[in-house]
Amino acid sequence: MLSDWLYVGVFFLIAMFLPGAAIFVAGLLAPKKPNPIKNSTYECGIETVGSAWVQFKAQYYVYTLVFLVFDVETVLLFPWALAYNRLTMFAILEGLLFVVILLGGLLYAWRKGALEWV
Amino acid sequence: MLPWYQDPVNFIAAWLRTVLSGWGLAPGAVDFILTFLGAGITALLGMLWVIFLIWYERKLIGRIQDRFGPNRVGPWGIFQPFADMLKIFVKEYITPAGADRVPYNLAPILSVASVLLIWAVIPFTMTIMGVNLNVGLLLIIASGGLSVLAVLLAGWGSNNKFAMLGGFRAVAQLISYEVPMVVSLLIPVILSGSLGVNDIVKAQNIPFLVTAPVAALIFFISSVAESGRSPFDLVEAESELVAGFNTEYSGLKFGMFYVAEFLHAFTISLLFSTLFLGGWRGPFAEQYPLLGFLYLGIKTFVVYFVVILFRGSLPRFRIDQMMDLNWKLLTPMALVSLIITALVAQPLVSLPWVQAAALFAANAAILIIFMGWAGRKVSRKRPIVGRPRPLAVPHPDDHMPVEP
Amino acid sequence: MSALQIIFLVIGALTLASAVMVVTARKIMHAALWLVLALGGVAAVFATLEASFFAVMQVVVYIGAIAILIIFAVMLTRKVMEDTGPQVNRSWPWALLACLGVLAGLVYLLSNWGGFLTAARAIPEGGENLVQFGQALTSPSGFVVPFEVASILLVAALVGAIYVAGEPREK
Repeated sequence: MLSDWLYVGVFFLIAMFLPGAAIFVAGLLAPKKPNPIKNSTYECGIETVGSAWVQFKAQYYVYTLVFLVFDVETVLLFPWALAYNRLTMFAILEGLLFVVILLGGLLYAWRKGALEWV
Repeated sequence: MLPWYQDPVNFIAAWLRTVLSGWGLAPGAVDFILTFLGAGITALLGMLWVIFLIWYERKLIGRIQDRFGPNRVGPWGIFQPFADMLKIFVKEYITPAGADRVPYNLAPILSVASVLLIWAVIPFTMTIMGVNLNVGLLLIIASGGLSVLAVLLAGWGSNNKFAMLGGFRAVAQLISYEVPMVVSLLIPVILSGSLGVNDIVKAQNIPFLVTAPVAALIFFISSVAESGRSPFDLVEAESELVAGFNTEYSGLKFGMFYVAEFLHAFTISLLFSTLFLGGWRGPFAEQYPLLGFLYLGIKTFVVYFVVILFRGSLPRFRIDQMMDLNWKLLTPMALVSLIITALVAQPLVSLPWVQAAALFAANAAILIIFMGWAGRKVSRKRPIVGRPRPLAVPHPDDHMPVEP
Repeated sequence: MSALQIIFLVIGALTLASAVMVVTARKIMHAALWLVLALGGVAAVFATLEASFFAVMQVVVYIGAIAILIIFAVMLTRKVMEDTGPQVNRSWPWALLACLGVLAGLVYLLSNWGGFLTAARAIPEGGENLVQFGQALTSPSGFVVPFEVASILLVAALVGAIYVAGEPREK
């Protein structure tokens, strides 16, 4: 069990290392001739105005919140789904009640227009 | 232990273990070396495989668009990706002034690593696999979260308004499509009673494509959306956002995003064939594990072909259409199909064929109902504002006088 | 010291260092990114404890969702990349003192607890028993009420967020 996680950890480190090493080697081979015009922000040909880190609208936040609620609930459902074959009908209905409450949340968000992209 | 011609990889691993132990290494060190070798070789092969994928996809897209595709370098242009690779290795990195250095440089690396991580838990044959982790399926979902992070870092680090806008839009898309994907993954878990990917494959006496077609469809669509390719390439809608979150990247740093995209497209085909088409299963796959590799390869390439066909033939969605498709069709459909599957499967557990037939019928009913409903919603008539006027049609009255 | 202990110490040091960076980073976005690293460290600690489900859940929920939520929340503020003034104010010694007092109290209380001395139950072969966990979540003698209440709580959070963030409607 621990060896499984060791494998995953080593795999992730190697998966980070391989592209990193490739980028590093390419950096050694490539020319380096920066100048201010080349390094300026790429837009439509005229110079950029103001900071790039602008303020965003609240729509993104609402989307993420809806996603977060769904994510947490579905992750909680995984143990239930795993034990499905050993559960009684009552326990399965308990899990489905959970899903129905979730569906209710989705319907609320829908009716309130939180799912409209504007 | 099977003889070498049936299971060469494990044979070599066992042989290496005896050799290394013979040198007097501690068992822990031997384990670590084997783990390191296994992970390194799998990851390296995964990365190198992309070279082939690029050629294959360009060739197919070319055919779809009535072109030849690459055909100059080598037979059928097969060495074209090598030439491209050599070129991109010697291209200059242009780092925009005022970029946030660490996130900017970390993003391409993380974007490849997050896709490659999925390869750690995929069973290639019955015995050859990275690891049969007991939460393997959740690890796949977690790697999706990491790729979202990579896009966010790229958009943030570039010091460019378009990159930022593209990155944030991409994140909104990716996290939205994660919802139906995760819900649809609950259904294979219910049917197989396991979260380990190899156990899910072993449980597919009847492929889950038959018993859970709705979940398979939702998983397919949402994972294509997760990979950010056409028709879901809002991430890099060039008519709106220059090039999206990777506008400011050049050289191999851009190349890594490219690699990640191609590898992701292949990896979702691999996942789909593992989770819904029975993975390495096929005739004699249990006696000769190497055959499983062939079966998995055939299934994966069929799915990969469909993914490329998707890319080659569908126009890009508008962003509000894409969000509507996710939240107003796929998510409710995934939740309803979860409820129906959970209700239908339980009483029929002892009769697998009856259960499969009942599940197939229930899924077909869900599909018909939702498709009918969505179709009616889409075909609702829009009010006509004004009659379309044809342009540049000669009016009968204003004819030019003809010179006699 | 076994290899596992060394790995644990490295992960722990990394987690703590990133946690310190979260509160000391001068730009609010960098603090959010350090937070991601700290949460990843916690996930790795779960993995070393062989709590697979919690390790993965930590990544899916905290890095995949909550960190993104925090970053979007950061982007709602103005002047993200500017310094937000000094990191400490006049009364930081008092805060330090209070923290040390709480730490001492916690150490004292926990040192009287027998849980540190009893050996943990060995995890069965093939990982923790997630099936039992699933059964306990939905059995009436287990945790079915907290399970359902959690769902209602999350939907309530959703409703509240949509109400607060929604466009102001004219009466």
